[in-house]
Amino acid sequence: MTELAEHVAAIGRPLKRKEDARLLTGKTQWTDNIQLAGALHMAILRSPMGHAKITKLDVSGALKYPGVEAAYGADELGDLNASVPCVWPVTDDMVAPDFPALAKGEVRHMGDCVALVLAGTAAQAADALEGIVVEYSSLPAVIDMDDAIKDGSPLVHSDKGTNKCYTYKLQPQGDGAYEAAKAKADIVVKRRFVNQRLIPAFMEPRAVVASPMGTSGELTIWSATQVPHVLRVLLALVTGVSENKLRVVAPDVGGGFGGKLQCYREEILCVALANKLGRPIKWTETRSEDMMATHHGRDQLQDIEIAATKDGKLLGLKVDLIANMGAYLQIITPGIPLLGMFMYPAIYKMDAYDFSCIGVFTNTTPTDAYRGAGRPESTYAIERIMDELANELGMEPMELRKKNWIKHEEFPYTTVAGLTYDSGNYEAATDKAMALFKYDELRAEQVKRRASGDKVQLGIGISTFTEMCGLAPSRTLGALKYVAGGWEHCTIRVLPTGKVELVTGTSPHGQGHETAWSQIASDTLGIPVDDIEVIHGDTRTSPYGMDTYGSRSLAVGGQAILRAGEKVVEKARLIAAHQLECSANDLEFDNGVFRVKGDPSKEKAIQAVAFEAFSAHDLPDGLEPTLQAESTVDPQDFSYPHGTHLCAMEVDTETGKSTIRSYVCVDDIGIQINPLIVEGQVHGGLAQGIAQALYEGAVYDSDGQLLTASFADYLVPSAPDLPSFVTDHTVTPSTTNPLGTKGVGEAGAIASTPAVINAIVDALRPYGVNDVPMPALPMTVWRTLNAARQGGK
Amino acid sequence: MTKVSITVDGVLHESEVEPRTLLVHYLREQVGKVGTVVGCDTSSCGACTILLDGRSAKSCSVLAVQADGSSVTTIEGLAGDEWHPVQAAFKECHGLQCGYCTPGMVLSAVDLLSENPNPTEAEIREGLEGNLCRCTGYHNIVKSVALAAETMKGGK
Repeated sequence: MTELAEHVAAIGRPLKRKEDARLLTGKTQWTDNIQLAGALHMAILRSPMGHAKITKLDVSGALKYPGVEAAYGADELGDLNASVPCVWPVTDDMVAPDFPALAKGEVRHMGDCVALVLAGTAAQAADALEGIVVEYSSLPAVIDMDDAIKDGSPLVHSDKGTNKCYTYKLQPQGDGAYEAAKAKADIVVKRRFVNQRLIPAFMEPRAVVASPMGTSGELTIWSATQVPHVLRVLLALVTGVSENKLRVVAPDVGGGFGGKLQCYREEILCVALANKLGRPIKWTETRSEDMMATHHGRDQLQDIEIAATKDGKLLGLKVDLIANMGAYLQIITPGIPLLGMFMYPAIYKMDAYDFSCIGVFTNTTPTDAYRGAGRPESTYAIERIMDELANELGMEPMELRKKNWIKHEEFPYTTVAGLTYDSGNYEAATDKAMALFKYDELRAEQVKRRASGDKVQLGIGISTFTEMCGLAPSRTLGALKYVAGGWEHCTIRVLPTGKVELVTGTSPHGQGHETAWSQIASDTLGIPVDDIEVIHGDTRTSPYGMDTYGSRSLAVGGQAILRAGEKVVEKARLIAAHQLECSANDLEFDNGVFRVKGDPSKEKAIQAVAFEAFSAHDLPDGLEPTLQAESTVDPQDFSYPHGTHLCAMEVDTETGKSTIRSYVCVDDIGIQINPLIVEGQVHGGLAQGIAQALYEGAVYDSDGQLLTASFADYLVPSAPDLPSFVTDHTVTPSTTNPLGTKGVGEAGAIASTPAVINAIVDALRPYGVNDVPMPALPMTVWRTLNAARQGGK
Repeated sequence: MTKVSITVDGVLHESEVEPRTLLVHYLREQVGKVGTVVGCDTSSCGACTILLDGRSAKSCSVLAVQADGSSVTTIEGLAGDEWHPVQAAFKECHGLQCGYCTPGMVLSAVDLLSENPNPTEAEIREGLEGNLCRCTGYHNIVKSVALAAETMKGGK
């Protein structure tokens, strides 16, 4: 037998990642790397218009181009023109327009798919798009959400008679409760915040290869997706190809951030055409296609009102959202604002909460999940208005927060929104962050700079955030009308040579699951990390899963790993007891070895048990051979990471340029499996949240032209645009899962945006500035400051 | 079609290319060097960065015919018997997550360090301005390059 290395406790260690070897040497398996004999490459003709009738479409000209084998508009595609699914009908009367893969007679956003060409090479397919004759008759477009819900607005879907997709209300204390709380208030602060539209902009463009494989009509689909399992179900439902004939593989996937949590029309088209033609079909998007056809994120108008006593005790909160759906509904488009709905009250105690949301259609790219999905929006609004309330009360903003937050001894605590937070310690995280930040020193410096009239003013921004992670208990999802469940699956097999296969239903795209999941299994089984292989992202080899999004993979998937590992040990214990001739209860299990209590010379390693389970020569009667177990875990509840983020911002009052001087965050994500990976997740989240505050915004003109349709126009920050970060943590284990973990994928993105804007507003408060629109580019800040100086606001 | 002779990762390739073929497409589709990737269509992201005669270049902004007679090093040819110190430092400092920007980021860093073996943090950030990363927030990339500079000073 192979010489076996000894197990060393793995959970909590900053192990270097297993994934890196292939990623650092160019041996990565991206979808676009796949080249299959006989493949046809798909190119898509997209609408250059925001809203138009297609008055003529003739694809026949494309067929005259070299290498072209077929060209399709909606008419040619016929019954294969399946519709993009939406799996979250949030209300019974939600307006759900048809979203065909190829537009039928009308285009509703720039980038809408009009026709496609299949050719021998990608270049030939792209060339042949020139041969398609298409004529448009422009229709009035509606871009602005306020306009969209006015009477007489142009309609995105004229057959629906309205641009309203749905109206959702949540009044946990009943109708009128907020008004009653407000009646007792000494102060009511009301604001409108604009949470602008963002583009996920993962680095690997989307790509799909669909190919008939084998002899029984199977189709294998490789896709740059976060959700191979969800995708398989949906592709089966919408294309009619039998689910058991579909295999979806997510090979190495280059980022997602929610943008690859989707069943995209291009995926549907590749599958439908590969199935019809019996040939591999390949499609890879250009970045410009990505910017206009990958779903966007955020884009909410937030009317928020907070009521308090004059000494700063919160009484109630009212939130009225208008949320941009875009032109169509995609997988969970309508549900995104509801993921934020529960989180507006955040960490604060109050008596009444009132929420409403109107989802509206506009002639823009559909929105859907983007890192945080609803929770960055809610956190932005509450953390911004807490600063505004503090200002109006003349209170220190951190003092206002301390006065109202849930104290550590009050957990578990049921919030005004109806969620029960299991654990947390806002005091500890805040104390640590303030010390690292040198909060008092910075406040003193701020006073001096204000007094001296320094042209560069200093602002301090606070965000004491929490989020709802670990999506999700299936019954809760059902109550919210989400179609699927929220469980996760794991199978663990200890092979005859003692090596382990860990099959997970999570689907990483940069998060390092291969390393972190090995650590969990290593400690459970007592088998070294390097002997564990994590298998993921292929519905043939990992048949069950709910995939990776919403900071769920560890909080939910980790439980399945732990439980599957425990089951393996339980079975191994029976075999070991049989062979060591003792009762199972007389065995202790430590570091991968079973030993007889009181006679430690009698021992058996779990790897040796695995061989016995394989040979099956001497197993207990009735016990099945092989050492493996599976577990499917439905989480008991959500988890609630929290943290305190502090931003010191220097704002040049002459140029409007904002420069981050220091950024400190202390996050409490519960037990950490791999602190190196955790830190990396926080950094990346911070960058995206800061980017929303300072740099990024998808912009349409009034005709629906996307003005930010390339990396030359949409400002994804590069290295000089960001500072180094100071990150630290406190550990308050979650009590809703046995690992005590909470989730970290979205923390930085959720927390940082309000910290940054609060810092800019704080810097400019002496000039009468009470808000700065995002992104706070120098020109925007300068204009805001000048308007305030002139008494504008 | 035009004939080109390009040495890629130490191996001479003589190929016929369409004159419009970008170097990155030549590398990926004709030479099979799929470690070099495409991230945008505006020469903004730097994911396709290679070393062209030893200097970093975005291979989407060079035509294959322009590289005729040149020597190209991709991420697949950077390591010798051992990894290049920049590759090792990226692993050590967790300077990558999804890994899509990584080939370009590593090769840009190699060029940066050959020009400036002792960069400050600000110089590292400026030096990598042409390479976008969406995962790391650059924090650990900057640390990786600083560590690689230290390692390379040690004569490695």
